[in-house]
Order: sequence, then C-alpha cells, then structure tokens
Amino acid sequence: MITFIVRRLLLGLFTVWLISMLAFAIIQLPPGDFVDSYIANLAAGGASVSADEANAMRKLYGMGQPIYVQYGKWIVRVVAGDLGESMEWRRPVAEVIGDRIWLTLLLSFAALLVTWGLALPIGIFSAVRQYSVADYIFTLIGFIGIAVPNFLLALIILYAAFRYLGLSVGGLFSAEYALAPWTWDKVKDLSWHLPLPAMILALSGTAQLIRIMRANLLDELRKPYVVTARAKGLSEMRTILKYPVRAALNPFASNIAYLFPYLVSGSIIISIVLGLPTVGPLLVRALIAQDVYLGGAIVLLLGVLTVIGTFISDLVLMWVDPRLRHQMD
Amino acid sequence: MFSFFRRQPKLSQAERYAQATQFQLTWWRFRRHRVAMVSGVIVALFYLVAVGADFLATTDPHATDARTSYIAPQPIRLFEDDGSFQPYVSGLKGVRDPKTFKLIYTVDPSRHVPIQFFGHGYSYSFLGLDTDVHLFSLKTPERGDGIFILGTDQLGRDVWSRLIVATRVSLTIGLVGVTISLFLGVLLGGVSAFYGGMVDTVIQRVIEVIRSMPTIPLWLGLAAALPNDWSVTQVYFSITVIISLLAWTDLARVVRGKFLALREEEFVMAAELAGASSGRIIFRHMLPSFLSHIIAAVSLALPAMIISETSLSFLGLGLRPPAISWGILLQDAQSIQSLALAPWLLAAAVPVILVILAFNFLGDGLRDAADPYG
Repeated sequence: MITFIVRRLLLGLFTVWLISMLAFAIIQLPPGDFVDSYIANLAAGGASVSADEANAMRKLYGMGQPIYVQYGKWIVRVVAGDLGESMEWRRPVAEVIGDRIWLTLLLSFAALLVTWGLALPIGIFSAVRQYSVADYIFTLIGFIGIAVPNFLLALIILYAAFRYLGLSVGGLFSAEYALAPWTWDKVKDLSWHLPLPAMILALSGTAQLIRIMRANLLDELRKPYVVTARAKGLSEMRTILKYPVRAALNPFASNIAYLFPYLVSGSIIISIVLGLPTVGPLLVRALIAQDVYLGGAIVLLLGVLTVIGTFISDLVLMWVDPRLRHQMD
Repeated sequence: MFSFFRRQPKLSQAERYAQATQFQLTWWRFRRHRVAMVSGVIVALFYLVAVGADFLATTDPHATDARTSYIAPQPIRLFEDDGSFQPYVSGLKGVRDPKTFKLIYTVDPSRHVPIQFFGHGYSYSFLGLDTDVHLFSLKTPERGDGIFILGTDQLGRDVWSRLIVATRVSLTIGLVGVTISLFLGVLLGGVSAFYGGMVDTVIQRVIEVIRSMPTIPLWLGLAAALPNDWSVTQVYFSITVIISLLAWTDLARVVRGKFLALREEEFVMAAELAGASSGRIIFRHMLPSFLSHIIAAVSLALPAMIISETSLSFLGLGLRPPAISWGILLQDAQSIQSLALAPWLLAAAVPVILVILAFNFLGDGLRDAADPYG
C-alpha cells in the first residue's frame, strides 16, 4: 500500500513538473522580450520606466541568460509564492486570480459529485431494468450527453431560459453579492446558483459513466453467484447491492482519476458562456491579450490543483476499495 | 461440357459462414446494426457536403454587406402566386428609419426574386477546376438580394453558405488530427506492447501523465502562442497538431491492449513455430485481427477531435477568421445579446450535434462488429 502511495506521489510530481514546463513554454513562446513589451505597455498607458528599473527587471527574470536559467529563476519564484505581474491588470497575478481559482475547483468538485450521484443509481437502475422504458429514456439522455458539447448545452439552456422564461441564468452570484466580501448570505447565494452550471458540466461525464456502469453490472448480473445468492433467498435489493454492484464499481472507480481533469477542463469553457467568475474567462482573456504571466500561472495552478485532486481521489478510492489496497502489497 | 453449365451448389447458411472472410463477417454483423448503418450514411453525406461545399453554397461565404446585416431566415417558396412552379425568395428593400434616419434593409414580400438551378454565382475552384456553377442561385438579383435560408450574421454574410463551407474545415481537421493521433498511437502502443519491460513502463506512465492533465487550458495556452501573422493554413495545421498531441493516448491504449491479448493466441504461436519473422507475424497475422478495433477506435476519436476544434475556435484561440469552421460560426452566438437578436446564429450547433452523434453510433456499431467470432 505504501508503495502504491509513493508511486502515485512520484507520478503526480512528475506531472506537476511537466505542467510547469508547459506553463513556462506558454510564457516564453510569444515573440519578443517580456520586459520590452511590459515597458511598451506602460508607455502606452502614459507611465515610464527608467533604464535602471528595466535592467533590474531583466536581471530578475533572467533575460538574455540560457533558457534553463530563466526556467529555474521562474520556478524558484513560483514556489516562493510570487507568480509574477499581470501586464494587463498591472497587479500581482496572485491578486488578480484571487477567489477565482477556488470557485473553479468548487464548480468542478460539485460537478464531480453530481456525476457520481446521478451515474451510480441510474446505471444500476438501467442494468437491473434492462430494456424498460426508463432504460431507453436514460440511454437517450446518455447519448445526448455524449453528443452535445457542454458549452453548446450551456448556450442552448441560456437561450431557452431567456426566450421562454425571461430569466438570465448566468453567473455564480446575484448582482448584490458579486463583489461583496464573503458572508453566510453570500455562501447561501452561491449554493443557489451553483447547481445549474454544475449539472451542465457534469452531463457528458455522467452519460459516459452510466454506460460503463450499466455494461459492467449487466456482465456481473449474468454470473452464477447472483443465481446462488437468489437461490439462497436473499432479497432482490440485497442480492444486487451487496455483490454485483460492488464488483461492477471497480472500473467505474478507476475512471474517476481522469474525470476530474476532464471536468476542470470543461469548467473553463462553460464559465465563458455562462459568465461564471472562475479562472476560465480570465485565462482566455490573458491568452488573447498575451498577458503571459497571468496565463502561465493559471495553467500551472489548474494543472497542479488537478493533480492534487486526483491524488486525493486515489487515496479515497484506496480507502473505499480493499482490493486496491491488497493488490499493491 | 455439360458441367460447364452446372450452377454453383447453393451454400447453406453455415457453409457460407464458414467460408466467409473476416471482412465479410464483420460487414454482415455491422449490417445488422440498423442505427450504425444509418449513422454511417449520415457521416458519408456530411463528407459529400464537405467535398461539394462551394457547389451547395449560395453566396460567397466571405462577402460582407452592411445592408444585409441580421436578416432573419428567409423561406424559399416553391410556387408563384398564379400557382405555377417557380421557386423564389422575397427581395429586400431599403427603408429609412424614422428616428435615426439610417437606411435599414427589410424583407419586401411583394418583390419576388426567382431561383434557378445550376446557375452562376461566385467563382470557386473544384478539384483544380475553376467554375462558378452552384446548385441554386438567384436569376436576377439586385444589390443586397440573396438566398438567406438560415439568415445572415452581423456582417451580412449568409449563414447557410458559411455553415456549408465550415463543414469542410471542421470535418477535415478531425481527419487530419486522427491521422496524426493514429500514427502516434499505433507506433507508441505497438512499441510499448512489443518490447515490454522498461519501454512499456515509461510509455504507460507518459500516457497516465497526459491523461491526468486538464487539456483545455493546455490547448488554449499552446494555441495562443501561435504567431499572429501566420496564414490560415499554418494555423490550421498547428491547431491540428496541438489537438492530436494530447489525443493519441486512447488509441495507444487500444493498440497495446489488443496487441498483448493477441500475442498469447495460438495462431501467433503457430506462426512463430513455423519460422515466420516478427515483421510477418505482426503485419500478416496480428494486424488484420485488430485492424477493425483500430477502425472502431478511430471513429470514436473523430468526434472528440471535432469537439476540440469547435471548442478552441469558439473561444477565439483556435482557427482565426477568415477561416470558417463550426466553432468560428458559434463564436458569433457566444453572448446572450447576439442570441436574443439573431437566434439563427445558433444554427451551427445542429451539424455539430448530428455529426458527433452519428460518429458515436457508427463507432459503437463498428466496435460490436469488429469481433465477428465473438
């Protein structure tokens, strides 16, 4: 079990390292020297930078030195908590991102819970009542979930709510709480706004998981031990939930490690459609405006937090599924 | 001599089954899957549209005209007022806005502009041939007239023509991307399974790492780094490469899994004992067995590619105008303000959903048919 945790941890660290390289590449790839464009940007806004200041900045960022030195300087500063300066906002990146990163994670986590909460019972139901009307309806919904990209679904719901209900369904907060400091009322307001985007985000993952769960459980239900259990007089409910469902959960569970990154990914794009205050809109704007440190920092933070989230879900899985624990010994 | 005329003995069902090649068996089983057959036809039709896009378009998809901004979809009427068959659309007329004194164009139902088949329109080149023949076009258009089946966008461009031309870009980007992913997937998956050991471990870990990264932020970051002055073609290929760099992992897993399973089969051992080289075993004996699985995996990977391109372009970081793709068309429908004003801009959602659905059913059918002995 320890070996398993250590292996996961090493793999996670390796992933983080790879993501940091990619984030650095995103910062470096746009043509031109960051300090030059920073100065040009300031000059356009009427401010000026003295030659000394410019040189100090160049030294800080390691300009003109080999690329690995620049990477080293950058990563050391990032680990120390300095994510750099946002060119567009003229404020430290950490300040610009603020709450948004946590709201992104909250949205993704909520979507994860919705996915689990829906896929498990629906998958079981569809398998136990195979070819029933409800099974066909769920299959149909499942196919819609797979075929409609979540940003399109968000667009369609946004339009339908506006057209037929006269509602504006975007955002995570009501107008009066959007800029207010955190209070209980704000949290309540958030919990009122969160379910819709979480459900939109969760739909395609749920659809896939329902299909996996249904197929796995159908395989299990045909096995002789189910007949034995029934023959011994176990109640139908117990027969199904006690053994076949638990056995069918295994591939279901191993998919979750890939579900979380998928949801974080999706949250970016639906946030833009629904106008949610997550890092999504910030990232796209930063990338279009070539605000490199902000863009790179968001990619890095999302990547690292996803790895941590996946690692935690692995630990939870190990705690839940004894087979995983024993397999590794 | 008499035997020359004798008909082939009629084979029983079982005999036909025993004599059939693997391809035939797969085809028979696939044919039984109705939904997959229909989906296959739909996919084929979409690619036909992609090939003949310019022929089906009615107006130059790039031509802007401020006067035809946000015209609602115009139906084509088939019969003239006197009952004779003559398809026509209504013309446009300019009206001065009483408040702003701006000239705005509205539909004038009293003026009929007849439609002709195989008439002349904007010129394009088809398979190296320069032509200007279109399936249907207006006979005597005045300035601003057009066939606006799906309305026009803010710049007065015809949504139908743009949608048709976008089909070409969106569908081929999927094909090119899948080809790259397939190459990487088969190569790395095959190498991983063939050599095993350390190589296998490394490749498997790399796949795990790639799969555990959130893809959209990475795509966005890399796509944003493409230089602004690149041509449409350069951006097209770079976006394809960026998407496929993260998308090959599923194919590699399928190839590796199948490869490992087949390696244990008796017929492979028989070939080995008969002294076949490993190249011959792989290409002559093993490849035909998992080719159908690869085809199924590809048809499931294609819709994912199409979604990726659409998402990237939708966010403004994929293909860039003047390129036209479904994602770029949907970008116009991004805000609720423009949707409220011109809901027909959402039209591009229909082919996206249809194609993804069709590819998914097709892939499912192929996957079921891929193992005809099972």
